[in-house]
Amino acid sequence: MPRINVNVDGVQHEDDVEPRVLLVHYLRDRLGKTGTVVGCDTSNCGSCTVLMDGVSVKSCTVLAVQADGTEITTVQGLSADGGLHPVQQAFHDQHALQCGYCTPGMIMAAVDLLSNNPEPSDDEIRHGLEGNLCRCTGYENIVRAVRQAATAQAGSEQAEPAGSPEGVPA
Amino acid sequence: MTAVEERPAREVGSARKRREDAHLITGRTQWTDNITLPGMLHVSVLRSPVAHGRIASVDVSAARGLPGVVAALSGADLADDWGSLPTAWTVSEDLKTPPHLPLATDKVRFVGDGIAVVAATSREAAVDALEAIEFDIEPLPPVLDMTEAVADGAPLVHDDVPNNRCFTYTEHHGNYSATRERAEVIVTRRFINQRLIPSAMEPRSVVVQPTGADEYTMWTSTQVPHFVQIFMALVTGIPQQNIRVIAPDVGGGFGSKLEIYAEEAITLVLAKRLGVPIKWTETRSEACQVTIHGRDLIQHAEITATRDGTVLGLKVDLIANMGAYLQLLTPSIPLLGRYMYPGIYKFEAHDLSCTGIFTNMMSTDAYRGAGRPEATFVIERMMDELAAELGMDPLEVRRKNWINHDEFPYTTVAGLEYDSGNYEAATDRALELLGYDALRQEQAARRDRGDTVQLGIGISTYTEMCGLAPSRWLGETGYVAGGWEAATVRVLPLGKVEVVSGTSPHGQAHETTFAQIAADALGVPFEDVVVIHGDTRTAPIGLDTYGSRSLAVGGMAIVEASRKVVDKARTLAAHVLECDVSDVEFSDGKFSVRGSPDAAKTIQELAFASFTAHDLPGGESPVLTGEAIFDPEVFSYPHGTHLAVVEVDTETGEVKLAKYVAVDDVGKVINPMVVEGQVHGGVVQGVAQALFEEAVYDDDGNLVTGSFVDYLVPSPADLPSITTDRTETPATTNPLGVKGVGEAGTIASTPAAVNAVVDALRPYGVNDVRMPCSPMRVWEALNQARGGAQ
Amino acid sequence: MIPAQFEYVRAGSVDEAVSALSEDAKVLAGGQSLIPLMRLRLAYPEVLVDVSRVEEMRGVREEGDRLVIGAATTHDEVLRDPLVRTHCPVIAEVTATVADPAVRHRGTFGGSIAHADPAGDLPALALALDATMTIAGRGGRREVPAAEFFVDYLQTAVAPEEVLVSVSLPKLSEGWGHRYEKFNRSAQAWAMVGAVAVVQRSNGTIGSARIGLVNVGSTPVRAAAVEAALAGADATPEAVAAAAEAATEGLNPTTDIHASADYRAHLAHVLTRRAVVAAAGM
Repeated sequence: MPRINVNVDGVQHEDDVEPRVLLVHYLRDRLGKTGTVVGCDTSNCGSCTVLMDGVSVKSCTVLAVQADGTEITTVQGLSADGGLHPVQQAFHDQHALQCGYCTPGMIMAAVDLLSNNPEPSDDEIRHGLEGNLCRCTGYENIVRAVRQAATAQAGSEQAEPAGSPEGVPA
Repeated sequence: MTAVEERPAREVGSARKRREDAHLITGRTQWTDNITLPGMLHVSVLRSPVAHGRIASVDVSAARGLPGVVAALSGADLADDWGSLPTAWTVSEDLKTPPHLPLATDKVRFVGDGIAVVAATSREAAVDALEAIEFDIEPLPPVLDMTEAVADGAPLVHDDVPNNRCFTYTEHHGNYSATRERAEVIVTRRFINQRLIPSAMEPRSVVVQPTGADEYTMWTSTQVPHFVQIFMALVTGIPQQNIRVIAPDVGGGFGSKLEIYAEEAITLVLAKRLGVPIKWTETRSEACQVTIHGRDLIQHAEITATRDGTVLGLKVDLIANMGAYLQLLTPSIPLLGRYMYPGIYKFEAHDLSCTGIFTNMMSTDAYRGAGRPEATFVIERMMDELAAELGMDPLEVRRKNWINHDEFPYTTVAGLEYDSGNYEAATDRALELLGYDALRQEQAARRDRGDTVQLGIGISTYTEMCGLAPSRWLGETGYVAGGWEAATVRVLPLGKVEVVSGTSPHGQAHETTFAQIAADALGVPFEDVVVIHGDTRTAPIGLDTYGSRSLAVGGMAIVEASRKVVDKARTLAAHVLECDVSDVEFSDGKFSVRGSPDAAKTIQELAFASFTAHDLPGGESPVLTGEAIFDPEVFSYPHGTHLAVVEVDTETGEVKLAKYVAVDDVGKVINPMVVEGQVHGGVVQGVAQALFEEAVYDDDGNLVTGSFVDYLVPSPADLPSITTDRTETPATTNPLGVKGVGEAGTIASTPAAVNAVVDALRPYGVNDVRMPCSPMRVWEALNQARGGAQ
Repeated sequence: MIPAQFEYVRAGSVDEAVSALSEDAKVLAGGQSLIPLMRLRLAYPEVLVDVSRVEEMRGVREEGDRLVIGAATTHDEVLRDPLVRTHCPVIAEVTATVADPAVRHRGTFGGSIAHADPAGDLPALALALDATMTIAGRGGRREVPAAEFFVDYLQTAVAPEEVLVSVSLPKLSEGWGHRYEKFNRSAQAWAMVGAVAVVQRSNGTIGSARIGLVNVGSTPVRAAAVEAALAGADATPEAVAAAAEAATEGLNPTTDIHASADYRAHLAHVLTRRAVVAAAGM
């Protein structure tokens, strides 16, 4: 069985894996990173999106062995200090999720989008997220959330303090 | 943006951000598939690759010896472990409910019908072992076309159901044939309301853990944990009280998880047989194949009217594809729309007939709107067709026939009493938001210059019935259960509040909106209220979430339970404040003596006093708690006006949704942010039916659209922004004045979008485009209208 | 779903890849087409030879009047590449329409071409641009012109023991216009039909046009008759429309749930016209 070295959300892992194990199953089953989920078999839905060496990939269409030597960021590693990443905060503020199943992938795709294009138009947001499906929101509030996150990231870091998840003052 | 929020004067009506989000945006989720238990085995189901055939043999022996395989069992091996999966709605006396075992034993009846299972120590081993099972199925000719299925001599899906006819149903209101005689205009159309795949983003998953002597805990991705508990007991013979069902985080349902599935029974029975935890998780390909499908009706409609545009009557003949078996509500779905065919209009006669037909396809069942979108589609399409026939503006025809705001309450020809509404107000607002007149001018200009890209404007002035449902009504229609909902509200010793609801959300924000309701009712901070749901042990009484019922029924139970808590606290307050109960005033969480506001006790103080029970008034029991079960007496009727604008490329047939305005009247609103979100999602799901989605089987009964590669769930890049607004006509039938919103968008938007496509093409002689209005269908419709080859 | 078992070999060089290949092996680059097929158990390779880290197969370089794109260069790398953007921007235009951003981060230029799905965007581009494929095998390397590369549905000139190393394409920027008309039912869907055109226009006439058609047969197709009719034609929409009539000549389109053969042929005609008109800057 091949051995892989992979850094996931800041933690280094060394594991033997069967070649056929998908990265998403390695994350979920082996490392317990169940924040990343599987939504389809064909790389259409994007629910499993994570960052691999800083760019978005669909972890259901990457073999764990292919991730050897890489750095993976999942939704669980987006914010190290227990607060919220501006994209997470924006999803909460703009009601950009309902059932929440597509949300981890959608958030990671949005993070990737904004790292390439910090000030996207609505159309660019829609096309930037075209690999991620959501069945609940009609995407309207997802677009709004990405817009908010873009504005927040464009402003100074302190302009957008991470609020508590309930958006309620402490 | 995320700055300090003002505390709203009242929670109800405020756009409170969702409490549910915290764990969902950080990945600290509890999807069923996340659950891993010591010793847990993974189950995989071997499914028939044949649509229709007799099972000659299933030999699992080769799978049994494979590494990691603990059990491999055929349908025959398990035939004594269970009974038929349930159908809960006897819609007619002639309804046929053929047996439906979780695994087939005699015949397979659709591609995907389970024939054997493997339980193994890993998901990989379970899947691999399926390939070692040998089986022989003698193929029979499949029944795939509804109109051919009922012909004499057609192959039979169930040997004892002649002509594959599951049921017939007719209803007559007024004298339709008399309207036909008087009519100056009669318009007929045949609509195909195509088969859809619900496609909740979370595939289904079930985990069962044996916890004692014939005792089990089942986690399942369901909308209806209480139904699952009851029916698992009936299907497997395990006592109801020994089955605890938990719906943890559930990733969308849209009706597809309002169901009792074979895999729930399989997982439970294997846990019982093997005595270890068992998990089954659906792949997306399986979800496409064996999670229920929606719609699939052929509707013949005929509308009668006079030349001035007055509608006289509507006749609708339906045939509805049941699929291979009846699932929980299958036969009732086409009939749930039976009261909605008249829409918002006043006319004197309505005839309806419906025939349910078995075919060798996956079962159909409830999909967002469940019967109401299909009905609304017919009436809203027919209003446009009538307008075209008369050369009138489709809005004008609607205005002429709809119920005016001063005519409520109004009893429709189908016998429903609509309590309230204001169709004029919603329509006026929608027209204003869209810029209707300017767009009509733009449309005329494009028509005049023969633009390749034509503009179409589609209107849908819909209503629907929410709040499933009055138990008496359900009983009269042949449903096995009631439609009430339960709530418990308790104030804990330290003044915090628990609300227990019998509903079971999967994205609808109950934890937020129900807390808003209770916070106002009890006068406590929103933050102090927690909502408990989705577990038959902690929320034992309930009927779950579907049919836009959670607020209209479940919300009322919370209001009622809160009132009981306040009443109990009031009695205690009178005792403590030494005054008469009738002199105690309750406001904003404080009980005070009339005329001396300084003498007051907070509800939290009273909760502690009630908890200690050191000094209670005579006859009063300790603990501030209240229970209520609310059974609605009537439905509620949200309505609205949706306007769709499409651009149609007359060369390629491409349809682009350019603009969409939705003005909905859902009565009073608990949380406008949540309501808006429900409308957004609903609209897109309805538009998806109009323009994108269709489940397609080939001539052998294989599902061609078996993944998201071919089943086209629209992505963000396929849709425009949606403009929403609300008008507010409170429901008069419940104390909150609410109506329900879960399905409204889906019900409204499908006809709006199709009307827009047809409107764009009307000058070319096109008067219908079959859904989804794909480029090829539009091109074919244009060719046909032009007398071309197609 | 989970793929069936296989053996995994990570190649460090083209030679290592070639020596690991066999009848039952498959080359794995980005895996964006192969892994879904394996998950659905529609493909059962016994060995996967991962070439994604073969240095020689990555990146874009100039060779005189041509660009050479390593087969394992990701779509995202291709469409951002300054050489591509400067010397052959049509490659970027087409590549930007492949799947979605996350898939473009993994999927590769050579992978798409070697997979040879007629509905893929890049095979028709390679054909239109007269690309040359460099293929390595045990006997050494050989060069195959695009016209001979796409053999049949999902079949190319690459033998089981061979690997596509790189693709060489002409520089086409100065005086050349380009347009990819991709027609799909949803942003995620494969092209129902596509037409990629690169057109050289001078003094009111069309000097030369190269047109590739997506998903109108079992392989990508070159609209040769249209190209011939366009050569030297007036650069007017009317002349282009007349020439585009020939787009359906010799086509044998397939029928599927999204498009009938007739409709595909019709689209080929319309999209060819639109692509040429746009590419010629009309």
